[in-house]
Amino acid sequence: MAASQARKAGLPIINLLRVKGMPILQQLHLEERLLRTSSQNWCIINDGTTRPTIVMGVSGKAKELLETDAVLRDEIPVIRRFTGGGTVIVDQGTIFVTFICNKDAISGLQSYPRPIMSWSSLIYKNMFQGIGEFSLRENDYVIGNHKFGGNAQSITKNRWVHHTSFLWDYEISNMGYLKMPTRVPEYRQARNHAEFICRLKEYMSRSDFIDGTMDSVASHFALRSLDADDIQNSSSQFEPSSRILTRQELGEEASMELVGTVSQISYMAAISSTCPTSKIA
Amino acid sequence: MATSLWATRAASFLRINVPCRGFATGSDVPICYLALYCYEIAAAFIDWFLKDLKYADSHEWVRVEGKSATVGITDHAQDHLGEVVYVELPEEGSKVERGASFGAVESVKATSDVNSPVSGKVVEVNTKLSDSPGLVNTSPYKDGWIIKVELEDDSDLPCLMDPERYTKFCEEEDASH
Repeated sequence: MAASQARKAGLPIINLLRVKGMPILQQLHLEERLLRTSSQNWCIINDGTTRPTIVMGVSGKAKELLETDAVLRDEIPVIRRFTGGGTVIVDQGTIFVTFICNKDAISGLQSYPRPIMSWSSLIYKNMFQGIGEFSLRENDYVIGNHKFGGNAQSITKNRWVHHTSFLWDYEISNMGYLKMPTRVPEYRQARNHAEFICRLKEYMSRSDFIDGTMDSVASHFALRSLDADDIQNSSSQFEPSSRILTRQELGEEASMELVGTVSQISYMAAISSTCPTSKIA
Repeated sequence: MATSLWATRAASFLRINVPCRGFATGSDVPICYLALYCYEIAAAFIDWFLKDLKYADSHEWVRVEGKSATVGITDHAQDHLGEVVYVELPEEGSKVERGASFGAVESVKATSDVNSPVSGKVVEVNTKLSDSPGLVNTSPYKDGWIIKVELEDDSDLPCLMDPERYTKFCEEEDASH
């Protein structure tokens, strides 16, 4: 819809950025930059990321949430992101959908966590009609009582970001890097990861999910499609806070200094090869 | 509506959670008269305690005593945010600016910026919030304070709302959504 038609229809304009395989750290840096320095609304759809990566919320503690010995052994990158919420492990089978909006973009929506979460569920609700029993349950997107997407948000004075990592597919072995968190929703009922989550691909194709999401967004906003090149590093000098944790932060013993130094160098080199624009602590 | 708001603030301040039950007479009006009486007494006390606070439209409060100011988030904010599980505190000695973010609280999978109502230098942070972030919910105006600031000057204060204006602001904000 053209911008002028959108304004006549009363729909807010949203910039749609659709990418494939963007490294998750790069995506998080982009999101935080747009949240803090842009005044426009954005929807980012990233179809899969590169290597398996663990992403913790802003207050996450690696020792409590991760099997750190295995994470260090297998050199799995661990990122602390700028939004709240829990821990996910993402890879090529993950589809990311992000909304970054001004607080008055959606009529009648208060920029607090629960209203934003409720609104977001409306985007996906219709896509599952006749396919699965979709609902928002204790702040999780579920089909029946199986979680298929992890949500998190960050809210500033005048804007908010809501992002989701959808489990279109996943490697069950990767779930072994995650401990059972101490804080879990009631409906989880002590189920382990494999019993608690489900794969979206059992319900619809990858392209149907992405196209359905874009159609749903188009019913709430007037879409303006952009390319990644259109938004690469504007003049802003913004420093994002999401970062990769060091081996020491993951609990590697400080006494193993020489081994630690060598392994840190090789660890960071491995991360750099798959996060080309990453800022590494 | 105003009495209800004061009663809620009193209960929050005093950490009271009194369930309301019908009396044995079989009244189906779910009002606990004794609790309401206590709330009214507490509300008068709270009115006295909170009357010196000023409020920002981003739902932070500030208590100014000379050149020193104490800052926290309001009961309205903590109620809408949900259970606070983490508070990101600034460094002591850092500068804060009126209207700008200095930290954040995490609740319900969301980080929410906390903005300073005044400009100055952070002289103390509430370290108890590191182990007990829930103090922001249970005692937003007392034990849940977040930072203390040495004020640059008092020129920010006229921009802030007094209690009556803030109460009205909250009611209008909730009514419009």
